[in-house]
Amino acid sequence: MKFTLSWLKSHLDTSATVDEISAKLTSIGLEVDALHDPGKALSSFIVGHVLEADKHPNADRLKLCKVSTGTETLQVVCGAPNARAGLKVVLARPGDVIPESGEKLKKGKIRDVESQGMMCSTRELKLGEDHDGIIELPESAVVGTPVTTVLNIDPVFEINLTPNRVDALGVRGVARDLAAAGLGTLKPLNDGAVKGTFPVSRKIAMRLPADQSFKCPQFAGRTVKGVKNGPSPAWMQDRLKAIGLRSVSALVDITQYINIDLGRPIHAFDDEKLKGDVGPRLATDGETLPALNGKTYTLDSSMVVIADDANAVGIGGIMGGEPTSVGDGTTTIFIESAWFDPSNIAATGRKLEINSDARYCFERGVDIASAVQGVELTTRMVMELCGGEASELVVGGQAPAAFKPVAFDPARVAKLGGVSVPNAEIKNILERLGFTVATGNPWQVTPPSWRSDVTVWQDLVEEVLRIYGYDNIKAEPMPRAVPQKPALNAKQRLVGNVRRTLATRGLAETVTWSFLSKNHAELFANGGTLVPLANPISSDLDILRPSVVPNLIAGAGRNAARGLHDSNLFEIGPRFEGFKPGEQMLMAAGVRSGHTSQRHWAGTRRPVDAMDAKADALAALEAAGVSSSGIQTGVGPKEGTPEWLHPGRSGTLKQGNQIFAWFGEVHPRVLQALDVKGPVVAFEVAIDRIPDAKKGKGGTARTLLKASPYQPVDRDFAFVVDAAVSAETMLKAVRNAERELVTNIGLFDVYEGPNVGVGKKSVAITVTLQSKDATLTDEQIEAVAKKIVAAVEKVGGQLRG
Amino acid sequence: MSEIDQLRGEVLAAVTAASDVPALENVRVDALGKKGRVTGLMKNLGTMSPEDRKTFGQQLNLLKTEIEDAITARRATLDSAALDAKLATEKMDVTLPVRPELKGSLHPISQTMDEMAAIFGAMGFTIAEGPDVEDDFHNFTALNFPPGHPAREMHDTFFLPTAPDGNRYLLRTHTSPVQIRTMLSEKPPIRVIIPGRTYRCDYDMTHTPMFHQIEGLVIDTETNMTHLKGCLQEFVRSFFGVDDLTIRFRPSFFPFTEPSAEMDIGCSRQGGELKIGNYGDWLEILGCGMVHPNVLKSCGLDPEVYQGFAFGMGVERVAMLKYGIPDLRTFFESDLRWLKHYGFAALDVPSLTGGLNR
Repeated sequence: MKFTLSWLKSHLDTSATVDEISAKLTSIGLEVDALHDPGKALSSFIVGHVLEADKHPNADRLKLCKVSTGTETLQVVCGAPNARAGLKVVLARPGDVIPESGEKLKKGKIRDVESQGMMCSTRELKLGEDHDGIIELPESAVVGTPVTTVLNIDPVFEINLTPNRVDALGVRGVARDLAAAGLGTLKPLNDGAVKGTFPVSRKIAMRLPADQSFKCPQFAGRTVKGVKNGPSPAWMQDRLKAIGLRSVSALVDITQYINIDLGRPIHAFDDEKLKGDVGPRLATDGETLPALNGKTYTLDSSMVVIADDANAVGIGGIMGGEPTSVGDGTTTIFIESAWFDPSNIAATGRKLEINSDARYCFERGVDIASAVQGVELTTRMVMELCGGEASELVVGGQAPAAFKPVAFDPARVAKLGGVSVPNAEIKNILERLGFTVATGNPWQVTPPSWRSDVTVWQDLVEEVLRIYGYDNIKAEPMPRAVPQKPALNAKQRLVGNVRRTLATRGLAETVTWSFLSKNHAELFANGGTLVPLANPISSDLDILRPSVVPNLIAGAGRNAARGLHDSNLFEIGPRFEGFKPGEQMLMAAGVRSGHTSQRHWAGTRRPVDAMDAKADALAALEAAGVSSSGIQTGVGPKEGTPEWLHPGRSGTLKQGNQIFAWFGEVHPRVLQALDVKGPVVAFEVAIDRIPDAKKGKGGTARTLLKASPYQPVDRDFAFVVDAAVSAETMLKAVRNAERELVTNIGLFDVYEGPNVGVGKKSVAITVTLQSKDATLTDEQIEAVAKKIVAAVEKVGGQLRG
Repeated sequence: MSEIDQLRGEVLAAVTAASDVPALENVRVDALGKKGRVTGLMKNLGTMSPEDRKTFGQQLNLLKTEIEDAITARRATLDSAALDAKLATEKMDVTLPVRPELKGSLHPISQTMDEMAAIFGAMGFTIAEGPDVEDDFHNFTALNFPPGHPAREMHDTFFLPTAPDGNRYLLRTHTSPVQIRTMLSEKPPIRVIIPGRTYRCDYDMTHTPMFHQIEGLVIDTETNMTHLKGCLQEFVRSFFGVDDLTIRFRPSFFPFTEPSAEMDIGCSRQGGELKIGNYGDWLEILGCGMVHPNVLKSCGLDPEVYQGFAFGMGVERVAMLKYGIPDLRTFFESDLRWLKHYGFAALDVPSLTGGLNR
């Protein structure tokens, strides 16, 4: 909310400077967002007195003036038509910065005559638009004093009001807070009853059903006849314009002004356009109302309208109706001031999509005792500015019940706030803020009618602390637990390992949206549920991602468009599987595109392939605590390979029936749909599927290493098998053939070609044998070799001769 | 000169003269081979008198040893020379660029979160996490956002369509629902920090529809606002690496805290450049306060017994401040140039022992 210094001072008697006020506002929770003080730039400008104004010897339109500063007399050349002897002026001297141009004034010669200063116009000082002549200061201005004390400069404060502080929506509320914080004295408000001279012609009709009367429990009004509408006075227009409002007419400006002044929305009807009694009722479903903003609204029966005997004439607490509005010819008005239920106003405002000042106030909770006060203040101001004669006041219903007292132990200020404030000071602060304090045990503290936000003792602690000063809260260290516990649990630590492991493998970590477009999502749905957003930010971010990979591929595509064709990206984040909390899974996902490296002299670069993705996935799994020795590779959709991968160059990594990861070349059709050039390989590790590591019995101790002192022996085998037999099948056969003596198995050659026959392949396997007990004999080695050959024969392999 | 002396002279001269390994081998065979000259003399020993045999035998053995040593030494010299000769032919241009290796990196969000975990971890906080999709209770109601309250609207919530179970879920607008989940599942004392993805329906220069928050929650029976100030002061001093950084609390409003505060840190904006430190100006950095009694009640905790504080801040925002990253939106673009420039080395794990400022 915005207000000017003079407006604030109409409620607050204070000698504080603009900066002091600003600092105090921020420190009591009314944060100053912006302070526009044109006076700051004018601190060195003084009141000058034109002693003589003669014609410039060399120019017809210029004048040569002698201007007194109080201590000396300067010669000033001036072009203003109103420059004349005897005038008090705003004088800028050499060194002063002229606000309009931003330039420093220098002594200079104008048409060969020295000019030692400048007399300024309103526009040159950025105080307004007027540039027809120089500013004429009042006769009483004291020569040589700063012009800021003479000019009508009104700094504008803009405060960032938190939604709880409806009491500070009005300038008076701000003044009250400042007074409580010791920055001045609140001036009395002239809100006594205006004596009516005639009975009001219409009654207040409270037509809400009893069970909904809470939506508008009180409605006050009065007729003022014989008013003369016209422009509002300059001071009011200045204040309204200063805070960005448009001046309309005196009657409209008065309601605007009271709204800003007190945070109390008021509405004025043209009394002659109302038919019969007036008051709140529920709208009927489908009822329409042309509102003041020029739009016609269709209402429903949850909404409160202000209605006369014939029609709805306003949307209660939100906006008045156009047909009954005041205009230039209005001579009789009906002033309305009511109280509306905040949540109903919020709901109505939301449904109708109207953001009005009245809604803003009412949905936050207007002073419950202000309905009648609002009528009285408005009446007085209307009569002052537009004349007229007031009727008697009419009031329907009752103001909401006064707030209940809050039980409050003042020791809580120290317990919760950590600051010891003497009880007398606590009481004093609360009373200055308008609370009624009964100091029993515990205290009973009743909030004033404008503080609907204070309901629990914790609110009172805040009230005391913010006025006493948050700066008085010391910074104390928190007591620490000894010994220190780790911040991360086992899984969080492993996720960190995965992250840094993938980065060591040359992948750059990225973070992408949790959403993507429907088109992209469908490519990666893989038969699962797609979870859309009801209100997406745009149509290309409308589905929660079913996989992390598509956003990474899109990222690789954007990099390729920038000329970076080899992308190596990974992300750790959720994929979404359902509509409910928890139906998501943490994934570590990565893509590699293009080649393994840039071109180089050793020529080892090659296009990325599925094995790169498999290696990444295995490294991630290992970092996540899954030993690669227990991992099997699954092939094909039956083993859970997603359909967005190349059907022949992809697979899954699993332990038993649990699939931990999938990897492979991204399906060319998917890449085409994403408009990204291949090859692109990808992997995804479902981190949430990895079981928590079991704690060993020995605590941190490892099992004892039993390294054999005896010579290891390597034996190589070459087998011919059907090309369809998987490497893993053969390796498994070898492993199971002899578990005791085989310490390592390697696969060092795969050959398909004329030498082994069509549909066949040759696979070369090396095995390391070592005994823990003795050097192996030739017989032992031979026996193991026979077992291995036999095992591989069982899966279709023949030892190559 | 005896026969032996003459032999010694000849053989040793031949050893020295041998110019390569085969020549040396010839010398060896010629002297010590089966038909060698020394071997030949050895064979004659049988025909000698015992006395002569002893004397002559000793001399022969000495000669044999001497020749063997000479050959070994010569062999070493020749081997060494041969190696030198071979090495002289082996040359590579070591100024060549090495075989390219990929260098990965960590995203600034991850590094920043790790830094925060290190600082708060030392203060006894553990890390709590929760789902991105939330229900109204955890995201709003339990956090004292009454239905229809304007503060709810300020959150620009992303909603999901009505779920098969008839409920309407949403994307969490803050990480605060994890506070609720923690209080519902754990007994005080509680000290957790909650990092994670959060979502608001807003997209412009300074807002993205997804961003990251980190929140803190402390619940026990004694923690008060001085501890909140102490905890956060320690945090910003460690995080920004400014030992005497001043902080300022301003009264503010959040539905889930009472009293509430916004915290500023000292800064300078001179010349359009933002610098963190005690330069007289202030920069808002986070919101905080004492946990609202209604929030405690929602979690089954008695606010007359339990109290504590909560705070929250935007991870991207503090990362931008700390590392001088100018544009929020670039965090999510996967631009490799950006990731390499603003990212962090894989093994550069932030810790209190190793430091938090790169």
